Amino acid sequence: MQTTPLPSFGRLPFTLSGLRAGFRACIPVSVGVAVYGVLFGLLARQKGLSFLEAESMSLFVFAGASQLIALDLWGPELPVFSLIATTFIVNLRHVLMGAALAPQLLRLSAGKAFGSLFFMTDESWALTLTRWAEDRRRGALCDGGFLLGAGLAVYTFWGASTALGHVLVRGLDDPARYGLDFAFTAVFTALLVGLRPRRADVLPLAAATCAALLAARFCPGKWYILAGALAGGLAAASTGPAKANPPDGTSPGTSPGTAAGTAAPGATAPGATAADNAQPKADA
Amino acid sequence: MMDAAALSPLALSLATICGMAVATYASRAAGLMLMSRISPGPRLTRFMQAIPAAILASIVAPSALASGSAEAMATLVTALTAWRFGNLPLAMCAGVAAVLALRPLLG
Repeated sequence: MQTTPLPSFGRLPFTLSGLRAGFRACIPVSVGVAVYGVLFGLLARQKGLSFLEAESMSLFVFAGASQLIALDLWGPELPVFSLIATTFIVNLRHVLMGAALAPQLLRLSAGKAFGSLFFMTDESWALTLTRWAEDRRRGALCDGGFLLGAGLAVYTFWGASTALGHVLVRGLDDPARYGLDFAFTAVFTALLVGLRPRRADVLPLAAATCAALLAARFCPGKWYILAGALAGGLAAASTGPAKANPPDGTSPGTSPGTAAGTAAPGATAPGATAADNAQPKADA
Repeated sequence: MMDAAALSPLALSLATICGMAVATYASRAAGLMLMSRISPGPRLTRFMQAIPAAILASIVAPSALASGSAEAMATLVTALTAWRFGNLPLAMCAGVAAVLALRPLLG
């Protein structure tokens, strides 16, 4: 652990090219997100939400799972408090995701950090995490713009596809018919592989997997993500010594957030290659 | 929320959407706010270091391991593709193609 005081690490860059790299890297995943945006727009219309209501939800709430769950609760007698409380609970996993990016976000201005967080989704979070881990591995500075760029890609596709689903689509096949329901599993699997877990990560990963499987079986909604994350974290906290910081000097010594960075020497970040390869899926 | 009955239906639903937006943003901002106020000890450091991979594993686990052998095999194909080529769109397409091919065979 270094003892250098925090300020000496300075600010991270936040550039337009970083933002564009994030946007490009996130396009393939965003195409998958858009399939569900169309579905949301269509279901919202069937539930009686006006275009204004459906589109406001996609642009201001901007959280796929909680929006689809909200449709379930939506009715003539609006359960205002259940809707808001359910939304918060479904999104609790974001607390841990935001905390995991803190080492980098704390080195941006508050406006940039908290502004970027508005656009953070599971997908853009995961891409940014692996990209910044790869940057740290190579001893390069992380570009703070990447998170915002990746988030904006999802945001654009989500907003546009909601409108499309509400206005145009009269009927939609089940995405599972084309295997598209599996696209997200595939993306997150690839990102997990990109972190190149080491031997020390086996126990936390096993704990996370078991807890997630149990929670998915017995609890509704997205509780399984939070349950698995907490189980993995607790397993790691109760065993073994902390991993040493990588010798790149880019991480604040007092910070926990070597998180992603330590996981994986020598991996190719999916995010890095995604930029050169951003054509949408042929079958989407 | 003030007196719900005093609001028109549209105003009420837009106010609800606002409340949902605030709840979502609070969840997105809370992690950074917490981490900016504390300096974690070794245990919390280990906890936080394990979080990213644990979240990814948790997202994947139910659909990869508990929805059928086609999904489990396709997850393996995805992981191997990602391992070998380090290319996200390629791994995503391989996974979708594998699940499409395997579902009729394995059910």
